[in-house]
Amino acid sequence: MTEVTLVQAVNRALRTAMSADPEVLLLGEDIGVNGGVFRATEGLLKDFGADRVIDTPLSETGIVGAAVGMALYGLKPVAEIQFLDFIYPGFDQIVSELAKFRYRSGGQYPCHVVIRSPYGGGIKGGLYHSQSTEAYFAHTAGLKVVVPSTPADAYGLLLSSIFDPDPVIFLEPKRIYRTVTGEVPEGDQRVPIGRARTVREGTDVSVFAYGAMIPPATEACQAAEADGVSAELIDLRTLVPLDAGAVLASVEKTGRAVIVHEAARFCGYGAEIAAILAEKAFFSLKAPIHRVTGFDTPFPYALENLYLPNAARIRQAIVDTVRAG
Amino acid sequence: MSAGFAPLPLPYTAPELERRLGADWSGLLWTAYRWMRTARSLDERMVGLQRQGRVGFYGPATGQEAVSIAAGLAVRENDWVFPGLREQLVALVRGHPLGTYLHHLFADSLDPASGRQMPCHPTAREVRYVSMSSCVGTQVSQAVGCAYGFRFRSDDAVSLAFFGDGATSVSDFHAGMNFAGVFHLPVVFCCTNNQWAISLPVEQQSRVAELAEKAAAYGMPGRRVDGSDFIETYLQLSDALETARQGRGPTLLEFVVYRMSPHSTSDDPSRYQPADWRERSAQHDPVGRMERLLGALGLLSQDLVREMDRQIDATLRDAIAAAERTAPPGPETLERDVFAPAVSAPSAEG
Ligand SMILES: Cc1ncc(C[n+]2csc(CCOP(=O)(O)OP(=O)(O)O)c2C)c(N)n1
Ligand SMILES: [Mg+2]
Repeated sequence: MTEVTLVQAVNRALRTAMSADPEVLLLGEDIGVNGGVFRATEGLLKDFGADRVIDTPLSETGIVGAAVGMALYGLKPVAEIQFLDFIYPGFDQIVSELAKFRYRSGGQYPCHVVIRSPYGGGIKGGLYHSQSTEAYFAHTAGLKVVVPSTPADAYGLLLSSIFDPDPVIFLEPKRIYRTVTGEVPEGDQRVPIGRARTVREGTDVSVFAYGAMIPPATEACQAAEADGVSAELIDLRTLVPLDAGAVLASVEKTGRAVIVHEAARFCGYGAEIAAILAEKAFFSLKAPIHRVTGFDTPFPYALENLYLPNAARIRQAIVDTVRAG
Repeated sequence: MSAGFAPLPLPYTAPELERRLGADWSGLLWTAYRWMRTARSLDERMVGLQRQGRVGFYGPATGQEAVSIAAGLAVRENDWVFPGLREQLVALVRGHPLGTYLHHLFADSLDPASGRQMPCHPTAREVRYVSMSSCVGTQVSQAVGCAYGFRFRSDDAVSLAFFGDGATSVSDFHAGMNFAGVFHLPVVFCCTNNQWAISLPVEQQSRVAELAEKAAAYGMPGRRVDGSDFIETYLQLSDALETARQGRGPTLLEFVVYRMSPHSTSDDPSRYQPADWRERSAQHDPVGRMERLLGALGLLSQDLVREMDRQIDATLRDAIAAAERTAPPGPETLERDVFAPAVSAPSAEG
């Protein structure tokens, strides 16, 4: 066990996967010589060679399309999209092709590509280096969507994603790439896709969050103790498949729910959680469900701290929810 | 079906054909001709069945048969085909059973993909024919990634990307051609220029006179080929395949053909095609040209053709009847194959 940052954990998982399987290869912009603009692929070109760490031309549709072709042939490509904000030129390849190959071919052409991409705000990135648009992908049948919040999960979930038979959109919370550290195991130790993680237990309210929202949500839950509230924090970790069992079990226990994400509110991922709770846990609820989210605006540069949920907003929501009923 | 075997000025002589196509050149031409008649007959029947409401949709390849048939005959077993809209024949020529294809066209329970796609979107993994979407152009960059895989595994296969003239405007054409050029990959880009993208004539699709010129922008050779001429098409394909196989990089082939049918059974070309298009395109009919060639070479007799047609008719009739007798896919197939079978589909029902 060693103490590393989240981005180092990503790097280590890639290294572990590439060492374990010679058909794992990486492709993306500036990932080779430069080691990726966030250094997630640092050192991999040197150790695995240019055939397996491929610097591509600047084309997201080319990157995803080529990765799809590699996967159809049987390789295990891991594509990096430099920022989630730039994935849209490859969106057609993701939603029309990658997500549908298995289905449309009756299982003859499974297509398992991992697409890694840093996402989210808080780095002074303005409209186009900050967005959190996981809902687009979660909405598309055939894609798994994974969002780690700790180095250990980044490591174990990325390994699971690379060896999963289905396509995975692996979203890396770039704001906490270097601010969270933690231990990661050595070797091929995977964290299963589809299981939420209880960050802290509590009895009065369930807080659901993921990715870069975990640190402020943790802080908010701790602060709420001073308000006499015992909050349970669940890190969803994988948005698809959702660990609906964990979500429902927690709310059946606490009777209250606060959902946190930095993405825009309208049709955001939290809307699905709220709907599931309304459908399946209605009679356990003691208070209205509360969402703490970004705004229904493009992502602002100067006002990003206003836009992004923080510990104070989450704490207020926790307290309001508990006081509401 | 075009009739009569009026001799044309003959571009090929028997010794030349033997030199260029090998000792069994007449067998190759006969096989191609049989497929042409099969394809033409299939198109005619399926358009008719669609009109009667017995199949939902059909996209004919009438006028473009020589390209797909030549490709099916020129490839090696390990080559991969990424089809465009009208290349189903490549799968059939490579050995995908006609009966299975009919099950697909009727979207019945014996379609290997459980009737999930519109007709003319078959999947045939056993002949390395990749499942296509309806999204024009997306297959181009996929073919390139697959070719990267060939080189990575030292597999001497070649990837064929088929697409129409309209697809040359799509971003994946540019991305795929560019990647193939940069990585110098074993791909043959096959642009079937049928001169129309639904209603848009090719002159309004691109300012260049020959789409093959686009290859220069990607550092690869581009050649314009008479795609109604089976022999020319077969030879150009064979040459580009060999070039790719030997590690000498990708080629763009532009096959000029004439779309002799509507875009699909949902289309009415009288709204946009000039009155003389039908007549002009008929002069280039690849089946008629093959007939004239075989006739001039003394290889064709009315008896042989009659017997061939009898067999084709019987095969198609049986396959259609079998498909029509087959039940539609059951509701239990609806949620299959979204994810790998071991993992149950994520669902809020959990
Ligand atoms: C991306 C996309 N845009 C539009 C369409 C609708 N559409 C289907 S075929 C077609 C024309 C295609 O022309 P071309 O590439 O020349 O192929 P052809 O039909 O002539 O074989 C169009 C516009 C589509 N299927 N995909
Ligand atoms: Mg066309």
